[in-house]
Amino acid sequence: MTAEQATALIAERFAGAQVTAGIPLVVMVPPDQWGAFAQFAKETLGCQFFSFSSAVDWKADGLEVIARVENLDAGFAVMMKTRLGPGVSTCASMVPVYRGANWMERECWDMFGIRFEGHPDLRRILLEDSWVGHPLLKSYAVDTPYPPYR
Amino acid sequence: MAMKPPNVPVIPAPVWRNFKELQEWEQLHKTRPEGDQHSQAFTSLTEGIHGFPGGFLVTTTADAFLNWARKSSIWPVTFGLACCAIEMMATFASRFDVERLGMVPWASPRHSDLMIVSGTVTIKMAPMLERIYAQMPDPKWAVSMGSCSNSGGPFRHGYHVVKGVDRVIPVDVYVPGCPPPPESLLNGLLLLQDQISHFRKTGRRAPPTPKVD
Repeated sequence: MTAEQATALIAERFAGAQVTAGIPLVVMVPPDQWGAFAQFAKETLGCQFFSFSSAVDWKADGLEVIARVENLDAGFAVMMKTRLGPGVSTCASMVPVYRGANWMERECWDMFGIRFEGHPDLRRILLEDSWVGHPLLKSYAVDTPYPPYR
Repeated sequence: MAMKPPNVPVIPAPVWRNFKELQEWEQLHKTRPEGDQHSQAFTSLTEGIHGFPGGFLVTTTADAFLNWARKSSIWPVTFGLACCAIEMMATFASRFDVERLGMVPWASPRHSDLMIVSGTVTIKMAPMLERIYAQMPDPKWAVSMGSCSNSGGPFRHGYHVVKGVDRVIPVDVYVPGCPPPPESLLNGLLLLQDQISHFRKTGRRAPPTPKVD
C-alpha cells in the first residue's frame, strides 16, 4: 500500500470525500461518513496507529473535527477532517475503531463541547466537573468571572 | 535444590488506613479557632509583664529574641508548580545555599513555616494550594515567586489561570521576574526575614512589600 494506492481506494469507496495529496494525505470527509471512514482507514488502508484528534472552531462556518491516523508499515499518514456545519456539535465517535481516541475525544468535549455519539465515557478530562462552558470555543469569553480566582 | 524463601519483614500498617480517616483528622484540625494560640498566650503574658515598672524592656527583648528564632529557622515547604521551581531548587542547592540562613526545604507542610508559590497557579490547583497552606501551622508566611503567581504573568489571559495567588492565600513578599533568578529569590527571602524580625506579638502581619510586576 502506497499513498497513491490509498488515494485511489478512497476515491473509489468514498465519492463525497475530497483528497489532497501530500504528507500527510488530507481527506475531507462528510460528517455522516466519519465513523465509516475511520473503519475503512484502519482495515483497508492499514492505518493501525491513531496519532491524535482535535477540533477547530471556524466561527460562523461551524466546527471542524480532525484526526490523524498512520500506517507505520507503509510509511504514510492520513489526516481526516470533517466539517460539522454551523450550529452542529455532534459527531460520530472513533472509539469503537481506535481505542486511543477515548481521551482525545474527551478533551475535545471538554474544550469544544463536541458530543461524540458512541463514546463510552464522555466526561470532562482536564477541567473540573463544575466548569461552565467550553473554553476553546471562539465564543467563550476568557474574562468570564470565576470568583475568587478570576 | 529447593530455595529457601527470603525473610520478608512485615511492614506495619499506615497510621491512616484510608483517605476518609485522613479527611476526618484534617476536619478536626480545621475546627480549631482562627489564629495562633501560642502567640495569644504570649500576648496576654506580655500584657501582664507590661504592668511592672520597666516591664516593657523585658517584653521587647523577648519579642526580639522570639522573632530572631523565627527568622533564623524558616522551613519552606517544597512546593514547586512550574518552571520557577527550577530556580527555587537552584536557590536551595549548594551554590546559593539558603541553608546558611536556616532555611531547610521540608517535604511536609505540618513542619513548615513558609510556602514559596513558585509558578502558575491554575484554577484546578488552587484548592489544593489552599489546603496545603491550611495544613501549615501558625505563624506562617507565603512568598509569591515570579510573574505568574504575582498576577498570572504571561498566562494572565488564559481561561484556567488564577490571576495572582493573593486571591487564594495572603502573600507577604512578591518576587518579580520570569522566572526570578536565584539571587532575586534570595533577596525576597532576606526581605521576608526582615519582615519576620518585625513580627508583632499580636500575631498581626507586617505590611507586604509593594507589588512590582
